[in-house]
Amino acid sequence: MKKMVVLGCALGMFLSTAVFASPESGALLQKYQAAGAGKADPEKGKLDWTRVVVVDGEKMSCATCHTSDFSKDGKHHVTGKAIGPMSARVNQERYTSMKKMEKWFKRNCMDTWGRECTAQEKTDFLIFMLTQ
Amino acid sequence: MRINVKTMFLLAGLLCAPYAAQAEETQWGWLGSFTRQKEVNPVNNKVYQEECGSCHFAYQPGLLPSQSWEKLLNDKALADHFGDNAELDADTLKEVRAFALENAADKSYYKRARKIAKSTEGGEAPLRITEVRYIKRKHNEIPEKMIKGNKDVKSLSYCDACHTKAKDGMYDEDAVRIPNYPDWDD
Repeated sequence: MKKMVVLGCALGMFLSTAVFASPESGALLQKYQAAGAGKADPEKGKLDWTRVVVVDGEKMSCATCHTSDFSKDGKHHVTGKAIGPMSARVNQERYTSMKKMEKWFKRNCMDTWGRECTAQEKTDFLIFMLTQ
Repeated sequence: MRINVKTMFLLAGLLCAPYAAQAEETQWGWLGSFTRQKEVNPVNNKVYQEECGSCHFAYQPGLLPSQSWEKLLNDKALADHFGDNAELDADTLKEVRAFALENAADKSYYKRARKIAKSTEGGEAPLRITEVRYIKRKHNEIPEKMIKGNKDVKSLSYCDACHTKAKDGMYDEDAVRIPNYPDWDD
């Protein structure tokens, strides 16, 4: 009986955080761990999401293009082209290709922060995004 | 034996089919696709469409000469692609670059692409489609307020803002609809 309660609590906690993890995102998190990342911190990811850095005279943050509403389309800062929602709940294509995730992490960190993100920063971002 | 009309059509179809399929691959294939040959070769490469098209309109390779694509599509240039990082992994770059070079304006049989090739001969190869003389000339009658001053257009680089069939490589006037200026006619 006690075991059941513990199990139930664990399940409840899991559901309440509602992480929309995919096998690919799991594999990517493992890769970052191997590259030296510590524990994933979604709160840090959330803070970083709106952190503004001036790159080439333009104020940039993740939210500049993606907005902070993960259920809605974003918009490319120069071309205005629509960017699909970041939430895996509404956009099932998200976080299903390691190659794509790595490609966009690289490009977008360069464009937004003027440098590549560390394994830790990407871990925090990914965990934060997967809970949205 | 009498061959009826239906059979004749069927035979004609069978004879033409391989021609149509090879239309863009053989030297004389362009004879088989007259209507499309007038415009700009459409993008029929999935990787090119996806890689270029995720950030902007996937400009057809026939809109620039191969010298331009060579300047644009390499590691160094893509690291700063008009201000954005657009780096591709080696295999993807190879495919995107090959598709662009094989279908560039100067390699194309499509009429409009040929005109673009001609207007970019000699001198520095343009990096922007909006710098192509032929394209500039074709748009110089349109008042600035309809492009730059038009919030739904903003720049000549947004081909598909007005050219409703741009994604099929069709840029003829009949398919132009300028947002907020429904009555404009050249």
